[in-house]
Amino acid sequence: MTAELVRGQNHPLSHTRLEIRVSTGHPVLACVSCADGGGATREDLVAHPASPVLPGVAVPAESGSAPRCTLDLDAVPEGVEQLSVVLALPGLAAPERFGATAAPFVSVAAAGGEELASFTVSGLGAETAVVAVEVYRRGGVWKVRAVGQGYAGGLAEFFADQGLATAREFAGAVATAAAPAGARTEPARLGTHGDAAGASASGAGRAPAAGATRPGGTPLGEPAPSPGSGTDASAAPAPVPEPGPRTRGAIDYAHPGRRTAAPPPPPAAPEPASPGAPPAPVAGDASGWSMEERLYNQVWGMFEDLARAVAAYRSAVEFAESRMDKELDRALTDPRARIGSGGEAARAAARSKCEELTDRARQALDRDLAQLTAESGVVEPALPAAYARWDNPVWHAYRVPMEIPMALRIGDIHLPEDPGLRLPLLVRLPLERGLWVDAGRSGSDAGTALDEGTLRRLAAETAVALAARLIAVYPPGEFSVHVIDPAGSAEGPLAPLAETGVLASPPARGAEGVRSVLARLTERVDLVSMAVRGGAADALPPGVDTSEQLLIVNDFPHGFDDRAVTQLRYLADEGPSVGVHLLMVADREDAHAYGPVLDPLWRSLLRITPVPDDHLADPWVRHCWTFEPAAVPAGSTVLHQVLEQVTAARRSWGR
Amino acid sequence: MTVNMTKGQAISLQKSDGGTLTAVRMGLGWQAAPRRGLFGSRTREIDLDASAVLFADKQPVDVVFFRHLVSDDGSVKHTGDNLVGGAGSGGDDEAILVDLQRVPVHIDQIVFTVNSFTGQTFQEVQNAFCRLVDETNGQELARYTLDGGGQYTAQIMAKVHRAGSGWQMTALGNPANGRTFQDLMPSILPHL
Repeated sequence: MTAELVRGQNHPLSHTRLEIRVSTGHPVLACVSCADGGGATREDLVAHPASPVLPGVAVPAESGSAPRCTLDLDAVPEGVEQLSVVLALPGLAAPERFGATAAPFVSVAAAGGEELASFTVSGLGAETAVVAVEVYRRGGVWKVRAVGQGYAGGLAEFFADQGLATAREFAGAVATAAAPAGARTEPARLGTHGDAAGASASGAGRAPAAGATRPGGTPLGEPAPSPGSGTDASAAPAPVPEPGPRTRGAIDYAHPGRRTAAPPPPPAAPEPASPGAPPAPVAGDASGWSMEERLYNQVWGMFEDLARAVAAYRSAVEFAESRMDKELDRALTDPRARIGSGGEAARAAARSKCEELTDRARQALDRDLAQLTAESGVVEPALPAAYARWDNPVWHAYRVPMEIPMALRIGDIHLPEDPGLRLPLLVRLPLERGLWVDAGRSGSDAGTALDEGTLRRLAAETAVALAARLIAVYPPGEFSVHVIDPAGSAEGPLAPLAETGVLASPPARGAEGVRSVLARLTERVDLVSMAVRGGAADALPPGVDTSEQLLIVNDFPHGFDDRAVTQLRYLADEGPSVGVHLLMVADREDAHAYGPVLDPLWRSLLRITPVPDDHLADPWVRHCWTFEPAAVPAGSTVLHQVLEQVTAARRSWGR
Repeated sequence: MTVNMTKGQAISLQKSDGGTLTAVRMGLGWQAAPRRGLFGSRTREIDLDASAVLFADKQPVDVVFFRHLVSDDGSVKHTGDNLVGGAGSGGDDEAILVDLQRVPVHIDQIVFTVNSFTGQTFQEVQNAFCRLVDETNGQELARYTLDGGGQYTAQIMAKVHRAGSGWQMTALGNPANGRTFQDLMPSILPHL
């Protein structure tokens, strides 16, 4: 029965004639080093490609991906207590370390063929040589131990460990001998040996004929052909090899044959340019099943990080100022400080303490802002259309989507600490609540600077750009838009929607139009929610449109009677769950006649402004973020192009 | 290498290779004392809560506990409330992660406390410990065992404070009484 060994485990051997088969995905050279009980060896006790046969030991003369070593433990020289099977990368071609290759598999079999034990040498990294297994005698019994000890310094380091004084030269000779004939003139790169040692040993390394030493072809126990390489190398001036940093991996207790389905560890992050500096940001560097989800999570991560970095800065500054105030007060109230220069000095000290702390806080903030700005610089160009600004080239390369995106960018947000760092404000789709574009002047500072007509036009344009975005990111036919524009005041801004024919029906005018649109949508919401509650979605009457609906209401409450207002509130409450959404363009002041009864309606909508305004709070620290809507750049025709593509796609899809 | 800390002992949070620590985790683990009696399901569960109070110049600035899991600046994070303690393993039942590099510049001390929210004294708690782990490699830096539990319901465990350019940890191990960290504030202040 085969024993599957784990690193460090040993196993008694029932046979003394053994065959050790190694399989790797790439050529390796195999050596067997015979050592005494103390673990020390001599050059003439190492079977290696230049000297492949020793009493009781034979190894292949060339590197290969499936080397076989044969051992006859009864025939090994007197005093040999321990035989280490070492694998080394020839080093002439990639891979240059075991970590970059498949884990070598070592099988210890009886000469007859029965497998006795096996071992997968896992968990290797920068090593270029590894002691795979060790066969040793303990109390007269031969055992095999799974070792898996790697050496980053290659064979040279291993031989140094085995007590060879000229380990470096010897390793060079071994490596050269193992190299394929064409490559032998070139000094082997294995380990850290010098070129001279490799070249001087290369001649001697060719001595044995490769064919004669194939396992099975060589009778064991034969006296070995005298290896020239060892003596040659030892004659060369031998600098004592410095033991390099050896990677002694911790014992891996995992069963090598029972790997779980856990994904392999991610490749090491690229080294930062300077120690201590954060690694360069990468777009999509967040968790998620798709790139879209990863980007969504990354944007939210940046949002949170910016909020928290600014919170740290603000709290440090606030603390510095309150401490300074306290110290100034103390200096003022201290009667001793009033006379002489003591008080002045105390005040100056308090001020400089405050400045020092503020400066340090600013430095920390600048460091964070620089990192986030760099991240934003790589994330913005990588965003899909639904997350991108209108000026992003992805909108010019727009193609009608097949799936609903996760989220939609409705604008940008920034904090006063760094107005240049603008993050996308993404809302999840399908919309969970309606939107309200505030056309009122009282709402924002920037709004008060504009006259009412301009602001209303901007509000309507913002709403149209948003509706166009929603139409564009939904698959064709799965999103229809209705417009209520009772007085026709938004005719200009609505033109892109009306001209390209993406509206379900022309904008409704007058009180009659308001009533009919609301009645239709109310009926739809009622029917669909009834069907959903009753679990009978297929029982809907044929005329009901089950696609998502957006109702744009301009100039509310113009043209609305009480009944229409009630219906609108019903749509705002019940609509989102059955796919009917509201986009209001309104000035709250216009509806003040209704008093507080409309407050729940306004509160249920996500308020956005057509001009930059700081009214949005983040969920973590409640900073006031300045919102800026996603506006189409002046003079750009991207909106028309996109909407025309949508209409063309709807036509060709027959919807 | 783990240092078993004794009361009042201070260790510097420098890595053995000279680099400074960037992230540490304060882990808290406990078990309820074994139950006797018939109705095992009526085991009186013990809810210990770990909290971290952030001080700037001896003034509390922020606190991280089960109702405010992340400090406003994001540098100190509580992994969540555990109401019953460990079933028998030695793992952390509650943990507070501190990203030392991102702690705001004015915060100079962070005090870790443990309270018994359900009111049992530490006599009824078994195998309670508090440990400090280097979060980057999972190595335990210091462990403080809450044994010899007496008639008190809270303990001020340790503080991490700025020392030079790095941070230092001091084991406090001071018994106190209180349900949440607010009750402990008078007992914390002498340790700052």
